[in-house]
Amino acid sequence: MTQYATDLARTRTRRSARAVAVLALGPAAVAAGIAWALFQPWRLTMLHPYDQGFWWLLVEPPLLVVAAGVLFHAFVARPLVHDLEDHR
Amino acid sequence: MQPPAEHVHWLFATGVLFLGLVLLAEAIVGRDVWRRRAWRAYLWPALLFGLGVFMWPVMVFFTNSTMHMLAHSVWAQSMMLAGAAELGLVSGRLKNEAWRLCVPLMFAVSGAAFLIHEANPWLYSRSAFVHHACGWILLLGALFPLGAAFKPRSWVFAGGYALVIVAVSIALFTSRDVAPVFGHLDPSAGVAHR
Repeated sequence: MTQYATDLARTRTRRSARAVAVLALGPAAVAAGIAWALFQPWRLTMLHPYDQGFWWLLVEPPLLVVAAGVLFHAFVARPLVHDLEDHR
Repeated sequence: MQPPAEHVHWLFATGVLFLGLVLLAEAIVGRDVWRRRAWRAYLWPALLFGLGVFMWPVMVFFTNSTMHMLAHSVWAQSMMLAGAAELGLVSGRLKNEAWRLCVPLMFAVSGAAFLIHEANPWLYSRSAFVHHACGWILLLGALFPLGAAFKPRSWVFAGGYALVIVAVSIALFTSRDVAPVFGHLDPSAGVAHR
């Protein structure tokens, strides 16, 4: 390995700690939402929609947690990591 | 057509969770990287302002008591003030750094609003517990944005600020209209449901 290649590898390692942390936030929220859905499946009224009211069908909290994680990952975390790597 | 109170709590919890993730990301990467794209600098102040705007319909439609209405309206105003102050600072229209104190003020007002409009003790029901927990989390958590106002580049204050927001979000997601907490449910609260 050349000196140049070694420096690149070190830089990549230093970069990854923050980037990995940011990239983990969204999936962590998604995982929490899925875990909640598995733990309390009755909160997902789409699985048993009959005789449910409008709000019970619209607002399904485990899906809201998943949605927050997906939106954050797609629109905030990924561009942020791109900028973070450009910055270094 | 009015949503049950627990659904309102969950909708707000989603917004608060997103806000917490955004603040956590900013704390991790630091302000310089965070502000490399102009829209991102406006993101969390705008979210805070928006949550304040959405608090007004709660004040209008959930009129359980005068105290509820007053708490929700003061809460809405303080969130809008904090969001607007941060938007002003980001845009450069506000120069004085003292405007950053609006966020810890908002935390304190929000915490007080949670505590004041909850008339029942901690273990009366799940809802009562959540309101007390959120109130104290916000009141004590106000120390983090207060510290961040004086040391804006401190990772501890910025991270603590974000984690307090995430903690409030988790507490709000556990809210139920009538449900026991740690096995306790006062008979006057009504019949527990899912």
